[in-house]
Amino acid sequence: MDILSNIFVIAISAIFLNNVILTRFLGLCPYLGVSKKLDSALGMGMAVTFVITMASAITWVINMYLLGKFNMHYLQTVAFILTIASLVQFVELFIQKTVPALYRSLGVYLPLITTNCAVLGIAIININDNSSFIDSVLNGFFGGIGFTFVIILMAGLRERLDKAEVPAAMKGMPIALVTAGCMALAFLGLSGLSF
Amino acid sequence: MLEIIVFPTILFGSLALIFGIILGYASKVFQVKTDPKIEKINEVLPGVNCGACGYPGCAGYAEAIVQNDVEINLCPPGGKAVMNQIAEIMGKVASEKEKNIASILCSSGGYVNTNFKYDYHGIENCKAVNLLSGGPNQCNYGCVFQNDCIKACIYGAISVDKTGMRIIDIEKCIGCTACAKSCPRKLIKMIPISKTINVKCSSKDKAFEARKNCGNKTPCIGCGICAKNCPYKAIVLSNNLATIDYDLCTNCGLCAKQCPTKAIIDNKKRGKALIDFKKCIGCTICAKKCPANCISGELKRMHIVDQEKCIGCEICYEKCPKQAVVMNY
Repeated sequence: MDILSNIFVIAISAIFLNNVILTRFLGLCPYLGVSKKLDSALGMGMAVTFVITMASAITWVINMYLLGKFNMHYLQTVAFILTIASLVQFVELFIQKTVPALYRSLGVYLPLITTNCAVLGIAIININDNSSFIDSVLNGFFGGIGFTFVIILMAGLRERLDKAEVPAAMKGMPIALVTAGCMALAFLGLSGLSF
Repeated sequence: MLEIIVFPTILFGSLALIFGIILGYASKVFQVKTDPKIEKINEVLPGVNCGACGYPGCAGYAEAIVQNDVEINLCPPGGKAVMNQIAEIMGKVASEKEKNIASILCSSGGYVNTNFKYDYHGIENCKAVNLLSGGPNQCNYGCVFQNDCIKACIYGAISVDKTGMRIIDIEKCIGCTACAKSCPRKLIKMIPISKTINVKCSSKDKAFEARKNCGNKTPCIGCGICAKNCPYKAIVLSNNLATIDYDLCTNCGLCAKQCPTKAIIDNKKRGKALIDFKKCIGCTICAKKCPANCISGELKRMHIVDQEKCIGCEICYEKCPKQAVVMNY
């Protein structure tokens, strides 16, 4: 029961309370760049969730057994970026061979994730929180789910905004930023949740 | 001091080396075999990504040729040269497809031959004009002359003459369909280059309305004379508009002769057929094939072409087994 409640707490906290996009302000570039269409937003979300989960696991191991052993925590960022970039490359090759359909639907988003700061951000947050391995992976996975959740909501809103009558000066990116602000405010309301 | 520099350098160097080896190994293990032919064909194709072949870009077409065994003659910009190169790569026999060229199916739209509802002063863009209460033309189907097609044509094949009409240069037109896609009223159709007959009207108005609205006085009024008289049943009448099925059309020109409003335009120079009595063996093939029934003569007797009725379709000229028919222009 303890494990289940632990998972539940991590899930709620990663998805709603400490949402990567709206509370931590990480990964804003794909949030605004890839949220024009629902399909591509879903693809991006899936790819990010996958990579964050993998990256959380591997960076935890690297941090614990490599940087920790040699007392080189100050080189965390460099090591993590190297690891994440290689991981994304590897995952891309792997998916291309084994699941070509998924590869085609993820398309250009998979290599783009290399530069997504949400991946690096969550990895570093995990280390700073001194989480255990399982907690890190769970936090990464639910962080990715939170990212997907918000980017899909945004894509839905923007698809509707396209059809709405928006003043000329606000068309396109300005209204998208206003919408993003409103969404962040709405998520602020969830920060009162406590267990 | 040395430790601070040397240790991380060794560690990161080895880390990068390990990742490099893993990735290098993975790229071998997970290598997806792409047919080298795709790459080759992609290089041969013109790379304009016009989409006339019906695939997303040249790369898409190259993939379709190799993987789905698609016809190799679908690239109009590349033409014969590209087709032969693809044929060489694929080891196929090249069979040329007839080139389609764009044709604007409206005779109106110039400075003097258009009837207006209102004066338009606004964005010079066919789409914008088309949205404003059905355009400034009285005819809701006609050309609104903001020249989106000219802007769409990257080959400079469309120009405006001094009466304000758009002229398509069939030498420059490569059949990429960019102009056809740009026309908000769908007035531009792709027509095989050997067919010179067009219904130069897209009006679906009834006869009275069409006559009243057309500034060029050559509307298709949907009378159906062409459809009834076409010997090849190549003309279909729907929504008060005649459309030619170019798969069936033999370019005989009978419809253009008969059209009461001159909506059907024939761009071909037509002569009259004459039969050389020395060569004619009286086989009656020409008489059977003549769409205008103007050739008379019994079996094994010399045939005569009625010069009054001959429409110059050249079908007898093509069909005569003894080359006894001469075209007299």
